[in-house]
Amino acid sequence: MFIPHTYEETISMLKTIGFEHIDELFSDIPAPLRNANLDLPEAMTEMEVSKYLEEISQANETTQELMCFLGAGYYNHYSPAIVDSMLRIGSFYSAYTPYQPEISQGTLQVIYEYQSLICALTGMEASNASHYDGATAAAEAVLTAFYQFNKKRSNVILSHFINPQYAEVIDTYASDLPQVNIIHHTAEDADIPSLIDKDTALIVLQYPDFLGNIKDYSAIVNTAHEHGALICVIVNPIALGLLIPPGEWGADIVVGEGQPLGIPLWFGGPGLGFFATSKKMIRKIAGRISGETTDANGNRGYVLTLTAREQHIRREKATSNICTNQALLALAATVYLSALGKHGLQQVANTCYQNSHYAAKEIQAIDGYTLINTEAYYHEFVISCPVPVNEINNHLLDHGILGGLDLSEMYPEYENPVLFAVTELNDREQIDTLVEVLREFSHA
Amino acid sequence: MHEPTIYEISVEGRQGVRFPQPDVPETQFPENFLRQELPLPELSEIDAVRHFSGLAQKNYSVDAGFYPLGSCTMKYNPKINEQVARFPGFLHTHPLQPITTVQGNLYLMYHLQEYLKEITGFSGVSLTPAAGAQGEFVGVKMIKRYLEEHGQSHRNKLLIPDSAHGTNPASATMNGFDTLPVPSNSNGTIDMDVLAELCQRDDIAGIMITNPNTLGLFEKDIVEVTRLVHEAGGLVYGDGANMNALLGVAKPADFGIDVMHLNLHKTFSTPHGGGGPGAGPVVTTDRLAPYLPGPIVTVLEEESEDTAPLYGYLTPEKTIGQVKAFQGQFGVLVKAFTYISMLGAAGLRRVSEYAVLNANYLLANLRDTYVVPYDGLCKHEFVLEGVWKDIPDIHALDIAKRLIDYGFHPPTNYFPLIVHEALMIEPTETESKDTLDAFIAAMKSIAKEAREDPALLHAAPQSTAIGRLDEVKAAKMLNVCCLPQYNQ
Repeated sequence: MFIPHTYEETISMLKTIGFEHIDELFSDIPAPLRNANLDLPEAMTEMEVSKYLEEISQANETTQELMCFLGAGYYNHYSPAIVDSMLRIGSFYSAYTPYQPEISQGTLQVIYEYQSLICALTGMEASNASHYDGATAAAEAVLTAFYQFNKKRSNVILSHFINPQYAEVIDTYASDLPQVNIIHHTAEDADIPSLIDKDTALIVLQYPDFLGNIKDYSAIVNTAHEHGALICVIVNPIALGLLIPPGEWGADIVVGEGQPLGIPLWFGGPGLGFFATSKKMIRKIAGRISGETTDANGNRGYVLTLTAREQHIRREKATSNICTNQALLALAATVYLSALGKHGLQQVANTCYQNSHYAAKEIQAIDGYTLINTEAYYHEFVISCPVPVNEINNHLLDHGILGGLDLSEMYPEYENPVLFAVTELNDREQIDTLVEVLREFSHA
Repeated sequence: MHEPTIYEISVEGRQGVRFPQPDVPETQFPENFLRQELPLPELSEIDAVRHFSGLAQKNYSVDAGFYPLGSCTMKYNPKINEQVARFPGFLHTHPLQPITTVQGNLYLMYHLQEYLKEITGFSGVSLTPAAGAQGEFVGVKMIKRYLEEHGQSHRNKLLIPDSAHGTNPASATMNGFDTLPVPSNSNGTIDMDVLAELCQRDDIAGIMITNPNTLGLFEKDIVEVTRLVHEAGGLVYGDGANMNALLGVAKPADFGIDVMHLNLHKTFSTPHGGGGPGAGPVVTTDRLAPYLPGPIVTVLEEESEDTAPLYGYLTPEKTIGQVKAFQGQFGVLVKAFTYISMLGAAGLRRVSEYAVLNANYLLANLRDTYVVPYDGLCKHEFVLEGVWKDIPDIHALDIAKRLIDYGFHPPTNYFPLIVHEALMIEPTETESKDTLDAFIAAMKSIAKEAREDPALLHAAPQSTAIGRLDEVKAAKMLNVCCLPQYNQ
């Protein structure tokens, strides 16, 4: 199947080596260890496996069959055909990390363009080639800040309104660096400045925040910078089609989940963690970076640069162990942003905004439902429901609707809170259907 | 000829993809948050397609040719993997959907968990880690947490053989361990005398071991290694990067390893993607399983006569915590599941047999031409010296670059660090005898050129659109973003 050798070739190759039987190739493994008889299902042909996998996939209910109002870090957007058709080019997906630049200019230029697009979106000066996802990018931002201050500042303040999964991943990444103290703020962001002092390394904020709010963080940024602390902002890349980028209001590190940029939901992965910063901090960040240079004849080309930061050179002195990242998904985001361009992204960003505000207003108008967001918000919002969220979601599912995320445990300060996400795929008809079904609980 | 960047081909007013206008009443966007400029390029669809197709042609790949990159297992990636991973049922499922609506995904993950346990001999598994390095991070943290919970926090030294991948010491540091190197002996395997001496210490947390090691040699004393470390009170981490040599041959759990990661993008043929996505599931014993990161897929309700089992999630009681958002690199998991389903037990063993056959065939044909520092029966890969005593100004790098002119991707060079001018060659099982013979001929021809016409090697590659690039300039005149306003 995937092994081309004929019987004759096998015998002749063994003979070259000086063996008669293929088992002799393993004679250096102590006999008691050579007993791996595997108990696995019968091998399938391609035709059989294709049918089998199709059946498995059909046991799921998809966001194409259900109306999806679920987001919370992963979003149901339209991915234009051009994105996947580029991802399916064998010379992109079956290449390794571009260690040999002369025959890897395709991947290297894509990474360079990806870095440029991430800079354009976030308003930052430099980006790396990607992280596993938004959560690990945020965790690496914490490590970056810690090493930026030569381990001398220990406090990292996490806003109450960052994605709770990101907070947990940050905890895991920092859990064995005893000098790092992760502070989970549990009050409004407005109280954060009072916590900042000379021991603060980093403040992590989200924009729009986990509940969808668009907030002005200038007071926090100013206080942080007065004390020499750094600001990391978790962003939604689609929202940046409209929002003033954090680079323009003082962020030192901007990270996020790039999945909304043309990458399918794929049950949560592979996605794309992006990480952008200032030029002066670039030598301290983790991950791969593509940089422009020339060959001996002055031809322009790209190489992986600043590699002396990385684990294969620094080994135990490296600040991160990342090597394989999400290169193919960075290609997806690059194709997506190139194909949509300035106007396409603004259009998607605006449609998300319009649809979510229509949905929020209509739901709020139903008896018993209250919109928690009091100021500006983007394409997610929190509704306090008249009955427990799981009851509502079960009922919605019966009507072919994937409801929002139940926040009851994460934000117990609200009553029956549900986080709805609305994108360009949720048109008026879908929203009206959602509202109709929710209305059935209005007098509960 | 360089390909212009997307910004250089941008023309104001173009747009590749259009979207419908919103059909809901309009809401004003708050002016105080509205950005003034969005410096994205403007391309039509065909501009973008030609641009990226052009870039794709500038890449070498497994689809294009032989890619004997040591330690990277650049085997052929079956096309069916790409197709099934894109079935709508997989593509369009949200990670936070209720479990009743994603039973297909959970079935697949559950069975992949079972397969990986069977293949490695372990009893616990988590599919969550996103790549091999994250798997290492997880495994080392599990060891850390276990030692802490058993009153062994003073154990803060991890032993790492000098042939190890750079990720091993980096993963140790990220988890607050110090590292102690273990030298290799003249056979290229762990120096057992030094190991025994190190194991006298009372602060040994464990060892990180790769088997076969990065020289491609099976650590024949592996059982003794793990016994010594266990007796010293430590645990054993297995780096599964070289699992392609052992499928259906030996189970790492039998070596005495406590926890290891697998690289699905290497051994199980989900592609490398030009640098990811990978997937680095972690397998472990009963002892460490309570520390695995969740979510792990489990059977919540056993099947009955008329109902299928209900799959759901569990997070182990003493978990090290979440290491990424959601359930893992699901799209990659689908491909590995497909690959294992197509090969079955006998097929997987054949993979390792032919990976090892191919490596030994190359070695047998090259050992007269190149210096083999640690010669003998190798496993899936081997290491040559890319230098000869009589022509000292030819280096591994020159040989690597000259191979490009012969149409091959070079081997890994300058790793492992214990070999002078290393060329690390891993052919994988998917390459035919014809391909290997062509590679052998090229390697021999280059060795001849090295003596007769060394300039050919120093100037290589000459068949590519660009020559060797100035890496010092790249680092010094740092240009990592083509937007003029951000690049002054």
